[in-house]
Amino acid sequence: MIKAEDIKEKYIRSHPSPFCPGCGGGMVLNSMSRAVEESDVDKDDMVAVSGIGCAAWIPSPHWRVDTLHTTHGRAIAFASGVKIGNKDLEVMVVSGDGDCAGIGGNHLLHGARNNIDLNVLMINNGLYAMTGGQVAPTTEHGEETLTTPYGNPSSSFEAAEVVKAAGAGHVARWTTYHMKELIEEIKKAMNTDGFSFIEVLTQCPTRKGKKQGMDGLEMLEWYKENTSKEKDTDKIYVGTLSEVDRPELTEKIYDQIEKTGGEPR
Amino acid sequence: MKEAGEYFMEGNIACAEGALRAGCGFYAGYPITPASEVMNHLSKELPKAGGRFVQMEDEIASIASIIGASWTGQKTMTATSGPGFSLMQENLGYAVMTETPCVIVNVQRAGPSTGQATKPGTGDVMQSRFGSQGDYEIIALSPNSGQEMFDFTIRAFNLAERYRTPVILLADSGVGHMREKVKIREEVDTKKRRRPKEDESEFFDTDRDDHVPPMPDFGDGEELLVTGSTHLGDGTRDTSSFEAQDKLVRRLVSKIEDNREDIEDWEESDVEDADLVVVSYGSMSRPAKGAVKKARENGHDVGFFRPKVMWPSPEKRLREIAKDSEILLAELSLRGYRMEIERAVPSEALHIYDRLNSLPTIDKIYDKIEEVIR
Repeated sequence: MIKAEDIKEKYIRSHPSPFCPGCGGGMVLNSMSRAVEESDVDKDDMVAVSGIGCAAWIPSPHWRVDTLHTTHGRAIAFASGVKIGNKDLEVMVVSGDGDCAGIGGNHLLHGARNNIDLNVLMINNGLYAMTGGQVAPTTEHGEETLTTPYGNPSSSFEAAEVVKAAGAGHVARWTTYHMKELIEEIKKAMNTDGFSFIEVLTQCPTRKGKKQGMDGLEMLEWYKENTSKEKDTDKIYVGTLSEVDRPELTEKIYDQIEKTGGEPR
Repeated sequence: MKEAGEYFMEGNIACAEGALRAGCGFYAGYPITPASEVMNHLSKELPKAGGRFVQMEDEIASIASIIGASWTGQKTMTATSGPGFSLMQENLGYAVMTETPCVIVNVQRAGPSTGQATKPGTGDVMQSRFGSQGDYEIIALSPNSGQEMFDFTIRAFNLAERYRTPVILLADSGVGHMREKVKIREEVDTKKRRRPKEDESEFFDTDRDDHVPPMPDFGDGEELLVTGSTHLGDGTRDTSSFEAQDKLVRRLVSKIEDNREDIEDWEESDVEDADLVVVSYGSMSRPAKGAVKKARENGHDVGFFRPKVMWPSPEKRLREIAKDSEILLAELSLRGYRMEIERAVPSEALHIYDRLNSLPTIDKIYDKIEEVIR
């Protein structure tokens, strides 16, 4: 396995880290880097697209590949343009739960419906962390956040199940506790010719841990205790949720160019 | 793609044909009246020309994807109308900030809100200039014929590539839905963005007089940092320093402002000896020009001025004209270009003919001319 200092040298730009002590963002960055390192993907063909929020800063500016740091919620739409513009690029979207499933929910649905060949990591910390810890579409019912001081009156949805129902080619869920499995799942995503969606439950000790009386390490332990690789238990399922073979959008667009006699510009 | 020749053609189709001739390699859009014909036509013709066509889930995704695709080296375009144009504003500002060439066609309709979808209006003139947050300058072209829908679409691509900026083709449904003679030329002048030379490693700043940095593509191995946050010359995000904000925003504004002479374009006739100059643009400028002709035939010293480029506005020329002539602004809205004209013309010398819902006859504008010069 590649040494940590070599990963840092090859994949990480030497900017000061913006992440709070104990944040899971760096662990995701590490996992992404190792997945690319262990795959056949040429780093120069890798484009990382992100929106707004803490998770968007995981690739931008820290990941040493082409990065496109976009507007709030729109990363999947921007990434679709990148992929269709040049099908040979390997496009990864790194998006927080609010960015991906809240403001960007429509693009998430249609990216999955189109089964466009993107690798989407939804970094789920269960709230809007960068702005102070407001309630998100992924916050549990009843949970106290900055904007639900009397408990969340709304309910959360299972983004991964929604994406699965919308037709994504590959859907999975892991946590930052499961880095080895996450690395393998990202490699699988890059090998999938379709829309890959990996929900990564990621600890936010600053906005969430403090409210729940846990530090980063304790949150990781919570993930360990409360997840299961077996389906249909009382715990949160981690692993691959679905793999289906459906038509992929980019390939079909290029096929149509060829069929009409066009030569890609 | 139509062969070179003369056609009886709808304005929106002429726009799509212009995009094909300009080398558009990626189009994304969402259906909306009265702009849909641009997309309908390109869905059939763009693949044949080797371009990528995709209908997105909304207008926000449409503009997002053309910006993303532009970074793969493609010339890209989307077309919409008022409601969709409103949705695009945030990402329009993103294209300005990241200096991403792309073309946004707005076939304006009568607003506000849903308004009258099939009726013309020009109420988006100020929005096209100021619609996104923060300080910036924009380029917006105003066609008034099927021919200009073709020609100005090509020019919009060229300006976008030349200045690394989004360019708006600010049409209206009068000109988008009008059918008339359009000449498709075999050879058109097309420009492509400047690529970095070997010794150039900064893609978000430049010391060049034109203020336009070179632009590589994703996949070139440059490890590009593209961000809508304030950034340094190498793309690194800088969310706090005075220097970064001051340098970047001033350059983005100067990029358009200092290149005005190259960008500006207008049509004028009989202005020099005129007591009154009719200023009009878009489809309204057609009957307005007819009214000026009639006034001349009846012995009145009336001139005609039509901005072909709305932004940056021809404010210097307007000021010169307003020194010796009164101005009659004729437009298909109440607040379209009015504030910009008021900026250049003293209020006592400015007259307004505004109209909603549909184009007036030549006589209606002529009557207003007579009323003013009496």
